[in-house]
Amino acid sequence: MLDDKDRIFRNLYGLDDFGLEGARRRGGWDGTKAIIDKGRDWIINEMKASGLRGRGGAGFPTGMKWSFMPKENKDGRPSYLVVNADESEPGTCKDREIMRHDPHTLVEGCLIAGCAMGAHVGYIYVRGEFIRERERLQAAIDQAYAANLIGKDNIHGWPFDLYVAHGAGAYICGEETALLESLEGKKGQPRLKPPFPANVGLYGCPTTVNNVESIAVAPDILRRGASWFASIGRPNNVGTKLYGISGHVNTPCVVEDAMSIPFRELIEKHGGGIRGGWDNLLAIIPGGASCPLIPAADCEELIMDFDGTRAVKSSFGTAGVIVMDKSTDVVAAIARISYFFKHESCGQCTPCREGTGWMWRVLTRMVEGRAHKREIDMLLEVTKQVEGHTICALGDAAAWPVQGLIRAFRPEIERRIEEFSRKATLDDQGVLDPAHLVAAE
Amino acid sequence: MSVRRLAPKELQPESFSFTPENLAWAKEQITHYPPGRQASAVIAILWRAQEQNAGWVSEAAIRFVADMLEMPYIRVMEVATFYTQFQLKPVGKKAHIQVCGTTPCMLRGAGDIIEVCQHRIHHDPFHLSADGDFSWEEVECLGACVNAPMAMIWSDTYEDLDKDSMNKIIDGFVAGTPPKPGSQIGRQYAAPEGGPRVLKDGGAAPHAKASEAPSQPALSDNDSKKASESANAQERPAPKAPAADATKDHPPQGGAPKEPRKSKEPKK
Repeated sequence: MLDDKDRIFRNLYGLDDFGLEGARRRGGWDGTKAIIDKGRDWIINEMKASGLRGRGGAGFPTGMKWSFMPKENKDGRPSYLVVNADESEPGTCKDREIMRHDPHTLVEGCLIAGCAMGAHVGYIYVRGEFIRERERLQAAIDQAYAANLIGKDNIHGWPFDLYVAHGAGAYICGEETALLESLEGKKGQPRLKPPFPANVGLYGCPTTVNNVESIAVAPDILRRGASWFASIGRPNNVGTKLYGISGHVNTPCVVEDAMSIPFRELIEKHGGGIRGGWDNLLAIIPGGASCPLIPAADCEELIMDFDGTRAVKSSFGTAGVIVMDKSTDVVAAIARISYFFKHESCGQCTPCREGTGWMWRVLTRMVEGRAHKREIDMLLEVTKQVEGHTICALGDAAAWPVQGLIRAFRPEIERRIEEFSRKATLDDQGVLDPAHLVAAE
Repeated sequence: MSVRRLAPKELQPESFSFTPENLAWAKEQITHYPPGRQASAVIAILWRAQEQNAGWVSEAAIRFVADMLEMPYIRVMEVATFYTQFQLKPVGKKAHIQVCGTTPCMLRGAGDIIEVCQHRIHHDPFHLSADGDFSWEEVECLGACVNAPMAMIWSDTYEDLDKDSMNKIIDGFVAGTPPKPGSQIGRQYAAPEGGPRVLKDGGAAPHAKASEAPSQPALSDNDSKKASESANAQERPAPKAPAADATKDHPPQGGAPKEPRKSKEPKK
């Protein structure tokens, strides 16, 4: 288990002051000028050397992302830093703790990241529902302005303005191009890529969009050195990570621990164990609702990092683990996730707009078993038609949980269908009546 | 997607305009964006309009905001109908309860919370209670999954709910004395129930009181530049390697993990 000394978010539980004084006491804003004076190349190289991979779900190396920004703005277009604090995926609730208890790590990170990518303006896009968190963050920014740590003519020698913008309840705005659309005051409908935001982003200018956690860990990495960060975890999956443990554990919590921690250790040390003991585990969703679930058999030796979850055909996502014990109606749980994606589809691409609703309706019938066995394959086929045929990844995200369910719990779905047919009486209009099925859909 | 329409004509107020304080606040918001990009402030300003207008956005408010930002009405209308936190119909005067019903909350009993709302307010979401003081809706993930189940009322979240505490919260709003927001079972924010298991001394600050603050910040020594041994000491079950570990046969090449994806050719 990680020592407290190696944790980056040392006020995760809000026991200390969130403000500037507390942040300074915890080591924040220490030697920031020295870091900025070393220049953008040094910062980017150090970030690359640290091996930090983006914490928003896709795991793209952060240093490399920063290096895509143009070195000089020949055509007079300014560069922008945009921080994605639109954390809305079921199971993920880590950025909230950063924003309300350790906001100065984020503010300092924005200044450094802005310097590394040549941006003088930064926007933090916070989801609309995080009202108190937004107030905290704004208070921290105001403190930083008052102490002249950021601003036009600040003591660090890199002019930088930082603003908080917010959404109003649209999960899709966590997709980077949808976020930029929303920031421009439009509906959050993703843009086609390319052009990538590093060339044409906010207001048509070069823009980098980073997750809150990726930005907030940067100051500590640069202060302590890339080798410190890279020495935690296993190769390609290094550093510390905020894990959120929710669902059927004894003590759900958010905790920072090393990458590559075994799942079982994470749950028993921090989550207080599975409700009813380890053997009561049914399945987990390892990183937010869009990741395929992992059945209990694969959890025994599961290592919580990008490669470990990939090895069991899931993905690491944001490390917001949803635990389900044997009392769970797993089909209903995934049906609820399908409803979430149906609700949050922006409606731009047909496969996603129509497919998400279709998947939800079929799954709802499967919860009670009112379906045909052949429809399981049909459902799988539809998820494959949605996946990869949409502008953004929401289509994929909606398809994966359903695929994961069918992969791991097909016998359970079949059992329900059989049970339902067995109970059906002859004059019950019959499950085999196509008209009945159409009406149900 | 969900279909969202403006409230019927008979519910729409005649006009809307900001109070002087809100107007000044809105003008300040516009300065956050480059000249000519005032549309960027539309969500923040509509939100403020919703707060001023008893928790919902009227057609008059949409027109007012559009005029203020020099945007076509339809663009602001699009924003108001796209983002689901904008309420398009009047909501309860005393409280509009947003219950999270997504999977993590559902697993821990969001169904009970919804039942309480159905029982005490109205069977259907978005309907006012008989006295017009309350309304409720089921929302998609409010981002407090480790404190599930939870609900949001106006600006505050109420976490770790059960039937009793939800009833108490509604009682509190009826009486005009809402309970303290946050965890209803006394948890320290997102820490485990029963107190934090790590960071017990309030962060790495060895000096909890400001008066004892050290002359230099924590972790400014060289010691902090090395990870302590325990960082990688893990209680891993004896490694039965790697049939399950793809990294053995396919060492990671860096970059984002790619999901296997079918070719883009249309299927016959």
